[in-house]
Amino acid sequence: MRTLRLMGAMVAVASLGGCISVKAPDKPIVIELNINIKQEVVYRLAGDAAQTIDKNAGIF
Amino acid sequence: MARIVHKVLGTMALAGLLAAALPGVALAQARDPAYAAARSAGQVGEKMDGYLGYVVAPSPTLRAVIEDINIKRKAVYAQKAQANNATVEEYALTSACLLISQTKPGEKYQAPDGSWQTRGPGAPMRDSRCP
Repeated sequence: MRTLRLMGAMVAVASLGGCISVKAPDKPIVIELNINIKQEVVYRLAGDAAQTIDKNAGIF
Repeated sequence: MARIVHKVLGTMALAGLLAAALPGVALAQARDPAYAAARSAGQVGEKMDGYLGYVVAPSPTLRAVIEDINIKRKAVYAQKAQANNATVEEYALTSACLLISQTKPGEKYQAPDGSWQTRGPGAPMRDSRCP
């Protein structure tokens, strides 16, 4: 009986302590387009891409 | 004999150069007038994936023009991506960074949150990975 009461108290304490508060983010949620693309790849390709855009002006 | 071989080779090289240059010539022309007008009017804009998108619902004629440009863009991205050991998406996203930077005030571009923005006098909002 005493064990049972102790367990009850423990559950009560645990449920109080286990409260998880969820806050809405204060910044807008940004959709990361194709998360697998790394910044270093973008930097490596930038020079070539700039030339490609210049040479194909009609479609850019 | 050597002279003939030289001449033949020269002709072949010239033909090769012409063949290589022709698609480039076709693409290097000025923008399609319908595209240029829609771009200036803010009906179409630069997306963050390297392709053109519709800010407002397009007419069937305009849609055909823009789809054609996007197909040509994809072909160029694919060719250049392969030459640079990159994926088409990587090359397209890199191009998008530059294309969004190159938009003129009043033109539309897609911000990282997916919304359409009108280019102002300052720098546009771009993907954090943009150079």
